[in-house]
Amino acid sequence: MSANRKPKVATVWLDGCSGCHMSFLDIDERLVALSSLIDIVYSPVVDPKDFPTDVDVTLVEGAVSSEEDLHKIQVIRQRTKILISLGDCAVTGNVPAMRNSYEPAELLARAYVENAQSPDSRQPPTRGLPALRPKAQPVHELVKVDLYLPGCPPPADAIHFVVAELLAGRTPDPSQLTRFGR
Amino acid sequence: MPRQVIIDPVTRIEGHAKITLTLGDDGKLQDALFHVTQFRGFEKFVEGRPLTEMPSIMARICGICPVSHLMASAKACDDLLAVEIPSAADKLRRLMNLAQFVQSHALSFFHLSSPDLILGMDSDPAVRNVIGLIQKFPDRARDGVMLRKFGQQIIEWLGGKRVHPAWVVPGGVNQKLSPQRRDEILAATAEAMKIARRTIDWFKTIVDKYPAEIESFANFPTMFASLVNPDGNWEHYDGLLKFIDSKGKSVVEGVLPRDYDKFIAERVEDFSYLKSPYFKPLGPAAGIYRVGPLARLNCCKRMGYPLADKELDDFRGRAGNPALSSFHFHWARLVEIIAGIEGIQRLLDDKEITSDFVRARARPNRFDGVGISEAPRGTLIHHYRIDGNGQMRWANLIIATGHNNMAMNRGIKQVAERFVDGKKLTEGMLNRVEAVIRTFDPCLSCSTHALGQMPLRIELRDGMGNMVDELCRS
Ligand code: SF4
Repeated sequence: MSANRKPKVATVWLDGCSGCHMSFLDIDERLVALSSLIDIVYSPVVDPKDFPTDVDVTLVEGAVSSEEDLHKIQVIRQRTKILISLGDCAVTGNVPAMRNSYEPAELLARAYVENAQSPDSRQPPTRGLPALRPKAQPVHELVKVDLYLPGCPPPADAIHFVVAELLAGRTPDPSQLTRFGR
Repeated sequence: MPRQVIIDPVTRIEGHAKITLTLGDDGKLQDALFHVTQFRGFEKFVEGRPLTEMPSIMARICGICPVSHLMASAKACDDLLAVEIPSAADKLRRLMNLAQFVQSHALSFFHLSSPDLILGMDSDPAVRNVIGLIQKFPDRARDGVMLRKFGQQIIEWLGGKRVHPAWVVPGGVNQKLSPQRRDEILAATAEAMKIARRTIDWFKTIVDKYPAEIESFANFPTMFASLVNPDGNWEHYDGLLKFIDSKGKSVVEGVLPRDYDKFIAERVEDFSYLKSPYFKPLGPAAGIYRVGPLARLNCCKRMGYPLADKELDDFRGRAGNPALSSFHFHWARLVEIIAGIEGIQRLLDDKEITSDFVRARARPNRFDGVGISEAPRGTLIHHYRIDGNGQMRWANLIIATGHNNMAMNRGIKQVAERFVDGKKLTEGMLNRVEAVIRTFDPCLSCSTHALGQMPLRIELRDGMGNMVDELCRS
């Protein structure tokens, strides 16, 4: 990473439960030190609405589930040097992929037709909303991923280790700190 | 020609959303829509899976309040097993639930909303976040980090991990609390209470600086709903459902979990994956109600803890009783943090908390079960049906944020009418439109039983729906 400016870091939330982001915040006090070493340029916890063009590291939580997720991850890949799949949903599809044994229409019908009592509108919503893709997929099936950080969620220590190693210019191996299905 | 402004993504909230504002030729607001843009399908894909998996799977609806889903799910399972869980297990579940209230409220208040309150609604969006806060107001930011840690740490000590612990199970919990751990938690409560104290004392000195926000952040009469305990006091884990009207009068109370669907129905709007529950007897228009910290304070007689009760009196004296402005969700959250810490202390002082008997075992004894608990964001309902083998056949989930959907929609209209001038859009105006959503602390991962986050962007569209202008922060 270039030495003369703070590395730009982004965190993104696709089809995930935010638990991986929460685990990142679970580094607790270490967040204070980290905040002076990196610039968080895009994340659910900061306000910029557009993904910047030159991000050093992006951590992606969640599977690719909707057309919007797909569009986002493609843009993010183009604009990111090191793309990390953060957590089992991004790495394997995990919980979001449980829906894959059903058609999107069946899933939507349960929620919006069967389990709703609106006399006037009993149809799945669509206006201004991204459509579901037929399957929820892990990130690497759609774009190249540089590093995998499994766990549901990956423990805070593992996330901190990976970010710290990258900041130090090394390639992290988090396998001692986390595993699938944890 | 009317124009539309779209805020996409809504940031510093927990989920994926955008807001569309439609403005007339005069620049005045014509309509405002709050779209939740993620859908996940939990109600369907759990079909065929064994009942025993439900708490762990349903917790994955949300990583911010996984404990709430554990509670509601385990309670629905308890109902299906037709067991009464051991009294120590009830207390241990309560302990974890209160720890979660503290951590989740700390996250909402400090990490997500306080940048607006401390740095300012109109401050530079590039630093208007928790990192900016750490740099400018390190003490306040550290308080937030430490208070959240206090809650998360208790969850980890009880359940083995902070996010998605597998400790709450049908029939109780799967591990007892050791006396040594109990002492460690007790020791940590003193510092947590100090932080909570200085935060609420400080908040009470700044709340009067926001008269325009108090007046326009979803400030209107609605019903409120929450659980209350059998004495009518504040409740977070079990209890009976109560609805009050906008004057504070009880509309219905003592509702058993199993009867929830006599009083709550859900409506589908074509513009959001988030459904809109309403009070069934009154229909969607008149049946709008709010849940969450504000509703719980409005619905209860007392908090049931000495310090929190003092704060409740202060709150009611200044914010109203019932308090109608959603801006006061923030304050209510701080009162609940105090109650949460007092509740944790009280539970730990109870000898039974370290009992060995923490789990009842049974086979499924019913085909239909309902579990209701209060999540930090409000009343959470899990309703399951199983077959004779204990396999899931059907599920319905009504999530805290959903109950607030109609009020959030109406709230963004109110705040946009007040602050958005279509002739010249400013970032601060749009931030207020988002900030009203933040007061509700919506959890949109939860609410669409979706997984996800809530982005926001503002688009300006004409009356034909063509995009005229777009405002994104960068
Ligand atoms: S990996 Fe686990 S914690 Fe992370 S988003 Fe998926 S379900 Fe949530």
